[in-house]
Amino acid sequence: MSILVYTESEGQKFKKAAFEVASYAKEVATMFGTTVTAVSINGGDSSELGTYGVDKVLEIKNDKLATFNAKVYADVIKQAAVQEDAKVIVVSSTADSKFLAPLLAVHLNAGYASNVVGLPESVSPFKVKRTAFTNKAFNITEIPTDVKVIGLSNNAFGLKESATAVAFEAFDPSLSDDDFGVQVTAVDKATDKVSIADAEIVVSGGRGLKGPENWGMIEELADVLGAATACSKPVSDMGWRPHSEHVGQTGKPVASNLYIAVGVSGAIQHLAGINASKVKVVINNDPEAPFFKAADYGIVGDAFEVVPRLIEKLKEFKSNNA
Amino acid sequence: MKILVCISHVPDTTSKINFTDGDTKFDTNGVQFVINPNDEFGLTRAMWFKEKQGASVDVANVGGPETEPTLRKALAIGADNAIRVNTEATDGFYVARQLAKIIQDGGYDLVIAGRESIDYNGGMVPGMISALTGANFVNTCIGIEVEGDTATVIREIDGGKETSTAKLPLIVGGQKGLVEESDLRIPNMRGIMMARKKPLTVVEPIEANQETKAIQFQKPTPKGEVTLVDPDNVDQLVALLHNEAKVI
Repeated sequence: MSILVYTESEGQKFKKAAFEVASYAKEVATMFGTTVTAVSINGGDSSELGTYGVDKVLEIKNDKLATFNAKVYADVIKQAAVQEDAKVIVVSSTADSKFLAPLLAVHLNAGYASNVVGLPESVSPFKVKRTAFTNKAFNITEIPTDVKVIGLSNNAFGLKESATAVAFEAFDPSLSDDDFGVQVTAVDKATDKVSIADAEIVVSGGRGLKGPENWGMIEELADVLGAATACSKPVSDMGWRPHSEHVGQTGKPVASNLYIAVGVSGAIQHLAGINASKVKVVINNDPEAPFFKAADYGIVGDAFEVVPRLIEKLKEFKSNNA
Repeated sequence: MKILVCISHVPDTTSKINFTDGDTKFDTNGVQFVINPNDEFGLTRAMWFKEKQGASVDVANVGGPETEPTLRKALAIGADNAIRVNTEATDGFYVARQLAKIIQDGGYDLVIAGRESIDYNGGMVPGMISALTGANFVNTCIGIEVEGDTATVIREIDGGKETSTAKLPLIVGGQKGLVEESDLRIPNMRGIMMARKKPLTVVEPIEANQETKAIQFQKPTPKGEVTLVDPDNVDQLVALLHNEAKVI
């Protein structure tokens, strides 16, 4: 048996999430006393995976798989899992991995736990900790099935280097034309912006900014930090910012290293969505704003004065530490 | 076109989350239950198909009798029929198997289920019912049009969106964007009166395994006090983020 990990790539480069799931799979493999096999579909330089503990890479090169297709990809990973006799399959929490994981679980008759935030608490019975109630709680889930699928929360485990001599093997799965029922016709992706899912730092604006015309300083602050921009629900509902930026319980979840909220009061639904972030900073002129109870660092002050000052200081910091 | 909207019965988004029985069960005491928000966007989109394209819209839920008010609300919003599978929704795989049976028996062309429920956040039911029924599937769906037997679907991807086409039958994992928040409907008195007369069929579950078990709950450890920084001294915040938090 082995631990199988699906290492996602984009433009023939591995995503950061791929290295994180590889790091996680390595420690799970250690708990089981076994090795890690990665599935790489039209992926990057497989030797990079060796850095994070992968022993073997099943390399799939196939033009038919150039565009992500959940059904087809799930079938490919299933074939790899069967060949490798994998008992645990680890995937990330990117949009694509969350899309394919339930299909994979059905194909393998496997119990599937999503949003997992730590290593298994025990191997037999197999128990993992995951978030529930949109980050308002955790639950310990037992997976009694022979094969298990784990969806690791982004940024929950981090990267852990474990230099390993990695072997490559070409893998040629059989593809069924019937699985190509969903045909992608267009992709609209901002390539110059950091996405909320990938971002290590997220800068978010709320109603306290008074209007969409005041987002320049939020974008500049994000730019200085190499951060993604986000917003609260009222801001997206009023159309100040696109829905894709809405973070919170009914929007996108955020699990960044640093989350900076400017003019966001911190409604329970907002806090639930961003709770998984490691360090939270709030800038708000209302000292009673609930966000101050959830934050690590806070500034009670006028955002229109504090943010430009912060941008200036961060620029100084960056040039001194460049 | 026959549409099924899968409805999850979940605590309202403002609920305080507590547990009982040695942290093994969710404490429903004083909790208001609602239609799962991700399902509600799908239900509203289904109403659009009903009004503009003459679709029929059924709703289904897997749960005990206590979930019926949530199904009645869906009927009051405008669904034609409700189906309740009379069993506890123990895990996503189990729920998906129950719903797959309903879908196969009902011959639905389009099934809309929320991309995840806001209680267990499993995010697996839509995908699993597609794998169990063999229908096409698009997750994190933020737009859908249907013409004849073909759907054009917009999916949210990390950092953008993707448009695809697929033949019916189709399963989508829905979310905000299918309709706007402002388009969500509050049932009116007429809808509520009519809902009382609409069929709510209770069916018994099929035998199926539970593949995961939520055995214990934990609440996050309470946060320490916030460290306040003087607005005239943002230098200190930069220093704290660098030296103490080590995030920049």
